[in-house]
Amino acid sequence: MELQAMNRRKFIKISGVAAAATAGIEGILAAQRAPAHAQGTKLHLLRWNDFVPAADEVLAKQMPEASKALGAEVTLERINANDLQARITAAISSGSGPDIIHVLKNWPHLYEKSLVDVSDVAEATGKAQGGFYPAMTELCKVGSTWRAVPHAIVGGQIAYRKSLFEEVGANEFPKTWQQYREVGKKLKAKGYPIGQTAGHTFGDAPVFWYSFMWAWGGKEVEKDGRTVAINSKETVESVKFAVGFWKDACDEGGLAWDDSNNNRAFLSGTISATINGASIYVESLRNKEKYKTDKGALMHTDILHAPNPAGPAGVFHLHAPFSHAVMGYSKNQKLAKDFLKWLHGKEQFEAWFVAQKGFSVGSTTDWEKHKMWELDPVMLPYRTAARAFRLYGYAGPPGRAASEAESKYIITDMYAKAIQGMKPEDSVKWAESELKKIYA
Amino acid sequence: MPEKRSRPIAGGVGGATEAARFTTMPREATSMGLVARLLEDERVLGFLLLVPTVILLGLFIAYPFVKGVWLSLTSATVGDPGRFLGLSNYVKIWNDSIFQRAVYNTFVYTAIATVGKLTLGMWLAVLLNRHFRGKRLVRASMLLPFIVPTVLSTFAWKWMFDPTFSVLNWTLYHFGLIQTRIGWLTDPAMALGSVIIVNIWRGMPFYAITLLAGLQTVNPELHEAAALDGATAWQRFWRITWPLLLPVTMVVTLFSVIQTFADFQLVYVLTGGGPANATHLFATYAYQIGINTGLLGEGAAVSLAMFPMLFIIVVIQLWYIRRVEGA
Repeated sequence: MELQAMNRRKFIKISGVAAAATAGIEGILAAQRAPAHAQGTKLHLLRWNDFVPAADEVLAKQMPEASKALGAEVTLERINANDLQARITAAISSGSGPDIIHVLKNWPHLYEKSLVDVSDVAEATGKAQGGFYPAMTELCKVGSTWRAVPHAIVGGQIAYRKSLFEEVGANEFPKTWQQYREVGKKLKAKGYPIGQTAGHTFGDAPVFWYSFMWAWGGKEVEKDGRTVAINSKETVESVKFAVGFWKDACDEGGLAWDDSNNNRAFLSGTISATINGASIYVESLRNKEKYKTDKGALMHTDILHAPNPAGPAGVFHLHAPFSHAVMGYSKNQKLAKDFLKWLHGKEQFEAWFVAQKGFSVGSTTDWEKHKMWELDPVMLPYRTAARAFRLYGYAGPPGRAASEAESKYIITDMYAKAIQGMKPEDSVKWAESELKKIYA
Repeated sequence: MPEKRSRPIAGGVGGATEAARFTTMPREATSMGLVARLLEDERVLGFLLLVPTVILLGLFIAYPFVKGVWLSLTSATVGDPGRFLGLSNYVKIWNDSIFQRAVYNTFVYTAIATVGKLTLGMWLAVLLNRHFRGKRLVRASMLLPFIVPTVLSTFAWKWMFDPTFSVLNWTLYHFGLIQTRIGWLTDPAMALGSVIIVNIWRGMPFYAITLLAGLQTVNPELHEAAALDGATAWQRFWRITWPLLLPVTMVVTLFSVIQTFADFQLVYVLTGGGPANATHLFATYAYQIGINTGLLGEGAAVSLAMFPMLFIIVVIQLWYIRRVEGA
């Protein structure tokens, strides 16, 4: 054991106050006692309600272990993802609240001034686990400082009904958007349209429409992050295609869908395909007898996943990234960083990662190699999903302007307006004028 | 005042005795006497009684309002107090097409919903003012939309308007009234209409119960006399009920307009302001800018932009109420 191998100097170094101050969680664990300074301290972690309850259970069980290791009471609070930003705003404005908050999207950029520098934890975690995917680094590293530690990515892939696709002659998932439209047209004629949201909903709408625009070569802004580049031939072509695709192949009720509508529609058998995290498949596995196809087969046996089809510019995805940030107002910043080092460590993360069964993938590349991926071939497309991860505000940085454009649903509404009847050229011009105000 | 100075204190006998007593009383008793004398002054007592209210109003209304005004004049973001910008945020939102749409939506939403709630509320109040079996039960159940938390009832409506599983569409289809689905929340005009319907449903009981209370103060003899003179039901309503109910109606409408203009929960839950901003109101857009984007200054400007408009509406209504009451 490491403790036995320690010399006197090392022992002194990692025991008590010195342990917490210099050696971090390894020191605490090696000393096998909680650091004196942390006793009686509370650490409050705020996270979203995971779509995979089993993973939340793992996390809940890890909290007492963390409390024991850190000598501080670690509490976990979970709320709806939609409510996180309101809580963050209130916490920062009042200077009190959770010590660590689960941040989504590009929020490390949005709340940069209120977040603690966690470069030491992030860099150590990345180095130990094969390096972060570039998109995660770009999201959490503001300038040269890490403002959050990347945790996981909920990959977006298209969930589709194998039997329905085969019935219309598609024995494999379409490779291009044009092929997808043709297959979708046949599926819609049979009463099983493709289901996609074009409404104001924070997850599936940007995940689909940003990726769609990029596939055609459209982009929000140039690399300088100032020159708006949306009004291009490529974007107009993508909008024109979207109008036809919607009419030919999609469930037209999607204009008012939120993030849960496509799950319900898919599981009740009214749509044939939709872009999503793996929550549809996970739910069909959780309640096998509840979800059946119209032919009586168990729904989960008829579900496959595939990446987005390719457009003229290629295949791109906007996934849902999740990170942990230590709040600047926290009185326990060192403790919070120690906790994150522990939570993001291989052993702890692995237990959570396995419970996710691929719904969330690691933020570092090493997790692509985990044996968990051998368990269920249906989940395999998610394994490498994060490789094609592009960010809000592309080709510029994922900063505040990108957030404003995304939260105002400019890209989603550009397509929604055209679907509702506006000329594609005009809807692109509308988006351009809105983006120019944002990026001015 | 001289009379007050000579007034006996706690059964005392007069100014001279009072003065003598002060010289002999311990300090505590003297200060008690001073407090008692101060409290006898109506201006002091009035001021003291107002202090708790002033503190509450100051803390929970004036401070947030002034803070909101200040934020709207700055570049404040979450975690950054920003710098003073003057009216830049207002200029920016003035040229913002989504804000313009939100202004339009808010006026349409408030106008139609208010007229709808008033008409249906009045109709319901007149019906419930009659005697019939189970009247109390009906009156109590009428309040349900008002009692149920808005978020919960709106989720129920969301289910009824669901683009795929709408129970309304299912019913209409099975009665042969429609051939294709109605896009309650997918078509821009229908979506605004749908949120107005839900607002009317939720707000109508407030009108009905208040107007019903007003109706019960109308002397039935007036109706009987008019009926004897040959007035029709409509004439009795228009010439007797309506004028007598007008002050109550104006007050109810005033409250309702303020609440409807600043509505948030209903649209936030039903549509999130979509599709393509077709249902955004001031409050939902302010939330989107201030919370989702973190632009507190701009969000405050969007929120406060409704203030002058609301102020004008309220002033006109209050002026009208005063005129009606003075007539």
